[in-house]
Amino acid sequence: MTGQKLAQRNYYGKALADLAAERPDVVVLDADLAGSTKTGDFQKVCPERFVEIGIAEQNMIGVASGLAASGKTVFASTFGVFASGRCWEQIRLAVAYPKMNVKIVATHCGISVGEDGASHQALEDMAIMRVLPNMTVISPADAYEAYAATKAIADYKGPVYMRMGRSEFPTITEEGEEFVIGKAKVLREGSDVTLCGCGQMVCYCLDAAEELAAEGISAEVINVSTIKPLDADAIIASVSKTGCCVSAEEHSIIGGLGSAIAEALCSGPCAPLERVGTRDTFGESGKPADLMAKYGLTAADIVAAAKKSISRKG
Amino acid sequence: MAGELSTAELENIANKLRLHVVEMTYEAGSGHPGGSLSAADLMAALYFRVMRHDPSNPQWEDRDRFVLSKGHVAPVLYAALAEAGYFPVEDLVSLRKMGSPLQGHPVRGKVPGVEMSTGSLGQGLSMACGIALAGKMDGKDYMTYCLLGDGELQSGQNWEAAMFARQAGLSRLVAIVDRNHLQISGNTESVVGLEPLPEKWKSFGWNVIIIKGHSMRQILEALDRAQGSSRPTAIIMDTVKGKGVSFMENNAGFHGKAPNADEYAKAVSELKEVIQ
Repeated sequence: MTGQKLAQRNYYGKALADLAAERPDVVVLDADLAGSTKTGDFQKVCPERFVEIGIAEQNMIGVASGLAASGKTVFASTFGVFASGRCWEQIRLAVAYPKMNVKIVATHCGISVGEDGASHQALEDMAIMRVLPNMTVISPADAYEAYAATKAIADYKGPVYMRMGRSEFPTITEEGEEFVIGKAKVLREGSDVTLCGCGQMVCYCLDAAEELAAEGISAEVINVSTIKPLDADAIIASVSKTGCCVSAEEHSIIGGLGSAIAEALCSGPCAPLERVGTRDTFGESGKPADLMAKYGLTAADIVAAAKKSISRKG
Repeated sequence: MAGELSTAELENIANKLRLHVVEMTYEAGSGHPGGSLSAADLMAALYFRVMRHDPSNPQWEDRDRFVLSKGHVAPVLYAALAEAGYFPVEDLVSLRKMGSPLQGHPVRGKVPGVEMSTGSLGQGLSMACGIALAGKMDGKDYMTYCLLGDGELQSGQNWEAAMFARQAGLSRLVAIVDRNHLQISGNTESVVGLEPLPEKWKSFGWNVIIIKGHSMRQILEALDRAQGSSRPTAIIMDTVKGKGVSFMENNAGFHGKAPNADEYAKAVSELKEVIQ
């Protein structure tokens, strides 16, 4: 069902390197982390349009805004905590408000950052980006989708925040599969519960669906890689059929995918929703798999949430 | 606008801008007259003589760019743009009113000639760096001017931008500091001191020019020298907050307060006396 383990950031770097040849308007900025975010792959092939900003994320956003005002399509990358949090108000004024063509692409999001600990584990980034008007928020499900999404956001004119993880995890989409911003994809059809995931949690939703099937429960799995604008129609259509929902994200249950789905469901079908994510807490150092287990981000946690959601059906 | 206006004519335009500032903030019942008045001479020099721009073609790609980092002095920017012909002067009194493009702080895309959205202090120089960098990448020769308040230099982002501008070789970037010494809470040196300010810019690798900010001759000379610099240039202009209206001069109280009816009448009569 799932493919080989690949890191999203490697495919982000690959997409940027391809864009270097295809798109003379693309400029890439980084804040001293080009080796980790993989913007270095763009730097290698196109040093004249790569800008090292140094450890100065607020300035990075201002420079990105000025470049975009001058016709450039700008990618600005660093780790998720810094890309979203250090310069949040700069993003608000200089990117979101004037609808600048700036793509803030963050790597090292989520608790699977691992050993670096809480200071480096972005668990709030989707919440604080999603709340900004004009901002599109994307969390690709795997490395192939990270590649396709990078190409798609380069073609889209406007502000985007895209988050990716650090580690390798299994692919669940096909290489070369089309990515459409704002479109959720049903990966597996089912009738008892809808499992909505983003990022690597999509893979665990699929694993959970298998486990549930073994117990005679039919789960529908949706890859919701665009958190904003949310494909509410697709989610509501599914939940109207199954009668209940689970959201799964490597992010706080406050403000991210689960909240977005709750907002959609409260103005649509009134169905139970169980949210899988970190529960109003910071992370800590540890091995990624151990942390995912400790903080309730496994297929087993999704299975438990699905059963609870089903039990709450009226 | 390849203007050939004389120094005296530019000084006269500066006072007209001041009159607009007083009228606009009075009509709005709010706004920031003090820092608008201190920057009026510079704005007249930029928009009526120094900058290469075309009010009938605000998106002209070879235009010189102006970024108002101290976005609260939007009134003097709007006044300069209107007098230069970007939009009708009669529209100025819609400042800060609901539905007006003349928002309390400048918004890109709403007003022809406004390059960037600003108002949250400390961000304009970074934006100006991006604009100057794009010009350098594209082989353009346009200048990028950024007007900064002195108080906002307390914000660290300015110094991130200052470091970056030097590193990126942005020789066609000019930061102009309106050194009027006053911020909301009082004198900058008693709030969080900026001095020695010229040395700060010098140590960041900038070409520094210090002038009297109400001397049109010195403003023009400084802007001319900046164009030939091999490094980014900081023009620190010593100014008087509230310049041109006696009771607003050196008065932090008029940082963010509009004149009342009596004050308005007095200010208008003072300014009309000096306008030709």
